Amino acid sequence: MTQKVAITAQNIIKAFGQGATALRALDDVSVDIATGEFFTLLGPSGCGKTTLLRLIAGFEMPTAGKILIDGADVTEMPPNRRPVNTVFQSYALFPHLTVAENIGFGLKMQGRPQAEVKATTAEMLALVKLDAMADRKTSQLSGGQQQRVALARALAPRPKVLLLDEPLSALDLKLRKEMQVELKRLQLETGITFVFVTHDQEEALTMSDRIAVMSAGKVQQVGAPRDIYTRPVNRFVASFIGETNFLPVTATQQGARLSTGDVIAAEGQGTVLIVRPEQLRLGPAGVGAGLAATVTGVVYFGTDIHVNLALSDGTSLTARVPSPVDGGADFTTGQPVAVTFQPGAARLIRE
Amino acid sequence: MAERSFEVSRLPGFATVAIVVFVLLYLPILTLVVFSFNSGPSVAVWEGWSLHWYADAWNNEAVKGATARSLIIATCASALATTVATMAALGTTRRAAFGGQTFIYVVINQPLMVPEIVTAVALLILFGVVKQATGYQGLAYLILAHAAFCTPFAYLPIRARLEGMDLSLETAAADLYANPWQTFRHVTLPLLAPGIAAGAMLAFVISLDDVVITEFVKSAGQDTLPTYMLGQMRRAITPEVNAISTALLGLTVVLLTLFFILTRKKN
Repeated sequence: MTQKVAITAQNIIKAFGQGATALRALDDVSVDIATGEFFTLLGPSGCGKTTLLRLIAGFEMPTAGKILIDGADVTEMPPNRRPVNTVFQSYALFPHLTVAENIGFGLKMQGRPQAEVKATTAEMLALVKLDAMADRKTSQLSGGQQQRVALARALAPRPKVLLLDEPLSALDLKLRKEMQVELKRLQLETGITFVFVTHDQEEALTMSDRIAVMSAGKVQQVGAPRDIYTRPVNRFVASFIGETNFLPVTATQQGARLSTGDVIAAEGQGTVLIVRPEQLRLGPAGVGAGLAATVTGVVYFGTDIHVNLALSDGTSLTARVPSPVDGGADFTTGQPVAVTFQPGAARLIRE
Repeated sequence: MAERSFEVSRLPGFATVAIVVFVLLYLPILTLVVFSFNSGPSVAVWEGWSLHWYADAWNNEAVKGATARSLIIATCASALATTVATMAALGTTRRAAFGGQTFIYVVINQPLMVPEIVTAVALLILFGVVKQATGYQGLAYLILAHAAFCTPFAYLPIRARLEGMDLSLETAAADLYANPWQTFRHVTLPLLAPGIAAGAMLAFVISLDDVVITEFVKSAGQDTLPTYMLGQMRRAITPEVNAISTALLGLTVVLLTLFFILTRKKN
């Protein structure tokens, strides 16, 4: 599949400070973002995701490397000449302008005719369902409404790429869920490439076409949400996205040998075996195959229960199984069980 | 027993001290205002109500000239000082911190710290040389001198306003295709306007009030209102001076009230 590339970041290095004390916020980062996709930069705070976004917007210049938008080198271009718009974490709405004036600001600065500014503003107000608020000052709006104004303002000039810097982090949980759906709808309706920055793995998984997982200034893995969840390339990605059991193993002819001596068939290569808690099955001890383990604790989560286990050599493990209310088996501390893996669940990764 | 937190207003004698201070501060001004309405020629012996000292001052050509001069100088000097102060405030807040920034603050605020008389003598000597060289005797010297010492007064409220302004708004404007000039014109300036107006007003009042530097820098026949009044004091003191002072006081109160309204924090 060949797709048009909207943004290319080539070997980007961004250092803050000088000489030996310089901090590398981005350390040789390269990504291609396809036209029309919902691309997420995911990572913990300080991983460099916001820095990369600011470099694409043009608020910062890279120390080394190139940024291309639609194939054109924009590395040295000031932000006002780049065909991208940003939704800021703080929204950064202009307090002296009305909602409509905020939304029309970009078009006005581009020198578009007044009739067009008016028409597009009205269209955007309708798109984010704020028609009734056009003449209000932004300070009179709720957090969720301000968020919509920020979105409409950034979308109004029809940018080639929309950059979103943790735009949902200031909203409460319910509103955040609504806005996630809203953002996805806007992206599909406008067909604009979205580059979304977040530290929330669930947000990234539910909204993105592709995710770049970042840590310590480097891109750890780029892929579709399913790929990243089911086939993480290293311990950082496996532990940052979802919950994972890590078991140290040694590779043998037959498969991966656990510290208990049991041998398990696993895909991939490396010295660590990973398996997601929901991919473990618990059965009665001594019946059929399975690793011998003892229940050390049971935690009720509503949708399911988490069963903490200890293998025969003391290695700990967590399984997510259906709640007894939904027909699952119940477990008590000290109970011996046999642990089996779902076919294909176990994977080997590098440390 | 619950202990109450410390509050100055609960100290014994607080009310007494406060009243004494207010009386000492405002009684002289009150006396001045009252005697401006005296019908007699004394500033100490009350002879009845009258507005004739106001009429006298109004019809006095020297007072008219000095008033006009004061207003011209204050207007030009505060405009000049506000422009310089605005640029200085932008330069010291709207860019990354740079080496020597503290030194810049000191230079801008220098007129607040150097004794006025020193500046006055220095300007007298400097302008003396310039007058000799150019032959120009006009009001420009006074305007420049006033602009110089008014700049820090205009700078402080403008800088305070800028420091409270979110830099991300200018970033957002740049992101929305505004070039640096458009960003300034459509975002920075409108948000900064109350600070600029406050700075200009403060500079205007400071200029209007100045005696020391004006006294040294002015040429013959360039009396401003304060130096004219000072000159009058040396001869006979009549309630005409009180009347002028009261009018000046009225103007200052109006301007300072506006200043406080403009710099008041929203919400």
